[in-house]
Amino acid sequence: MNGEAVQTKPVGNAIGAAIVDPAKQSILLAALYIAQEQQGYLTREAVERVAKRLGLRPGEVYSTASFYTLFRTEPVGRYVIQVCDGLSCYLCDGAGRIAGYVGKKLNLAPGETSEDGRFTLEMVQCLASCGTAPAMRVNDQLYENLTPAGIDAILERLMGEV
Amino acid sequence: MLTRDVVTAWTPILLSRVGEPNSEKIGAYLRTGGYEGLRKALTMTPDEIIAEVKASGLRGRGGAGFPTGTKWGFIPKDAPVKYLAVNTDEGEPGTFKDRLIVERDPHSILEGVIIAAYAIGAHRAFVYIRGEFFLGVKRWIKAISDAYGHGFLGKNILGSGFDLDVSVHRGAGAYICGEETAMIESLEGGRGEPRQKPPYPAQKGLWQQPTLVQNVETLANIPHIIRCGADWYSTIGTPQSKGPKIFCVSGHVNRPGNYELPLGVTLREIIEEHAGGVRMGRKVKAVIPGGASTPILTADQLDVPMAFETLQAAGSALGTGAVIVMDETTDMVEVVRRTAGFFVHESCGGCTPCRIGGKRLLETLNAVADGRGTNKDLLKLEELTAGITGITFCPMGTGMCEPVSSGLARFRSEFEARVA
Repeated sequence: MNGEAVQTKPVGNAIGAAIVDPAKQSILLAALYIAQEQQGYLTREAVERVAKRLGLRPGEVYSTASFYTLFRTEPVGRYVIQVCDGLSCYLCDGAGRIAGYVGKKLNLAPGETSEDGRFTLEMVQCLASCGTAPAMRVNDQLYENLTPAGIDAILERLMGEV
Repeated sequence: MLTRDVVTAWTPILLSRVGEPNSEKIGAYLRTGGYEGLRKALTMTPDEIIAEVKASGLRGRGGAGFPTGTKWGFIPKDAPVKYLAVNTDEGEPGTFKDRLIVERDPHSILEGVIIAAYAIGAHRAFVYIRGEFFLGVKRWIKAISDAYGHGFLGKNILGSGFDLDVSVHRGAGAYICGEETAMIESLEGGRGEPRQKPPYPAQKGLWQQPTLVQNVETLANIPHIIRCGADWYSTIGTPQSKGPKIFCVSGHVNRPGNYELPLGVTLREIIEEHAGGVRMGRKVKAVIPGGASTPILTADQLDVPMAFETLQAAGSALGTGAVIVMDETTDMVEVVRRTAGFFVHESCGGCTPCRIGGKRLLETLNAVADGRGTNKDLLKLEELTAGITGITFCPMGTGMCEPVSSGLARFRSEFEARVA
C-alpha cells in the first residue's frame, strides 16, 4: 500500500481488487448531482454518461441513483416546493394546513407538477427546522415559521420570476 | 413547578458563538479562542489525547451514546491507512442542532475533526452532510478552505509534521445514511444500505480500512476538552453522562429552539423554564425526549433528568436530545401513525422485518387511526412490534417500533377509543 492508495472491493469494470484513490471512488453522488442539474432530472443519457466517465456499468449508477430521494428520474417543475411532513411541523399545524394552502394556491396535490412546468409540490420528511416550524423548501431555499401571508409573498415572487 | 432561582445556571460552551454576527468565519473563530485546542493537542501524543477524551466521559451525541474515547481506542494503531468520517447527516425528526453548528460555527467541528484525526492517525477525513443542507454544505466548504489557508489543514499542520486532508460529500435524501455503516456505503458511492456488524467500522470501514465515524456535536466538544482538560469537563453533568448537551425543543412550546444545558437537567426545566412552557397555557400530554425513535414519555415523567442512564431507567432514551412536546389537545394515535410512517418510508428495504413488518405496522396503524380498526388490530400492533424490535439488521427497525410500543402502552385508552 502506498499513501492514499488502498485496497478496495472490485468496482464496476475494474477486474479483481483495484488500487484506487478513495476520493475518486466517492464522487458518484457528486457526479449524479452535476448530471441532474443539466436537465433538472437524471435522463437515461445522463446516467450512461456518468457511468462511462467513472468506469461503472449504467445499471450500477442507476442502482445508486434510485436509492436516494434527491435524485429524480422524472422531470419536475422549475420550482420544486417541498413542504415538511415531519412531526414537529405537524404539531405546529403545518404539514396539513400549509401543504393544503400551497396546494390550493397552485391548484396542485402533493406529487403533482403544474401543466406549465413551473411548479412541483411535494411532501418531504423532516427538514431539521423543527424549532422554526412549519417549514418548506423551494429548490435550495429554506423558508421557516411559515404563515399563509408568508406563503403568499413567496409564491407571488416566484410567479413574477417565471 | 420550578422557581426561577433553581433554574440551572449555564453559560453556553458549544453554542457560545452561534448568536454572534459572522460567527461562521475563521476570523471570528480565532478571536474567540479558536484552534487553541488544536495547538495544544499537537503538543500531546495521540495516546495522551485519547486518554484525555476517555477521562472526560464524553459519549456520542448522534443518538447511541457510545463512549467517545473508547471508540477512538478501537482504531488499530498499526494500520497503514485510517479514515475519519464526520456524520452531518442529521435526519432524526425533531433534531436541528447539527445544522445550527455547521451553519453558525463550522470551525468548532473542524477543530475537533483535526484533533480526532491526529489522535487516531488518520490523514484523510470525509465530511458526509445531508443533501438538503444547502447552506451547511457551503459553510463546510468555506471553513475547510479557510482552514487550509491558515495551515490548520494540508501538509505539516502548524509545523507538527501531521498531514490531513478533508473533503465534503453530500448525501441525497436518505435517513438511513445517518447509520454509520450505511453512511460508509453512501460515501463509497453505493446505495445506503447498512452493513453487517461485526466487523465494526473501527476494524473495517471505508474501503475496508479502519474508520472512525463521529457525529458533529460530539466533535464540537473535543476542542473544549483538550483546551480546558478532562478534569474540568467531567465536573459537568451526571455520573454517567458528562458534559453539555444541545437540546432541540420543538412542538407545542412558547419558545422552540436549541438550548445548551448540562446533562442531567430535568425535562420539566427544559420545557417550562427554557422553552417558555406550553403554548396557550395548556398542559403537557406527552414528550418524545430524544428524537422520533425514542419512546414517548407521559406528563407524569417530566421530572426525569435528561441523561443517558436516567432516561433509560424511565423507559426511553436520550437519543439526539430532540425534545418534542405535545400538549393536551394532541391526538396520540395520529402522532404514532406519523412517526412510524416516517420510519416505514425511510426503511432501506434491506431486511425483511423492517421492510415487510414496517408496511404491516403502518397498514394497521392507518386502519386504527382512520376508525376502521378493531381490538384485534391493537393486538396485531403488539405482535408486529415484538417481532421487529431487536432483530433487524440495523437499529432502524427498533426505532420504528419504539413510538408504537410506547404509544400503545402509555396512551392505550386513546387507541381503544378509536377501535370497534
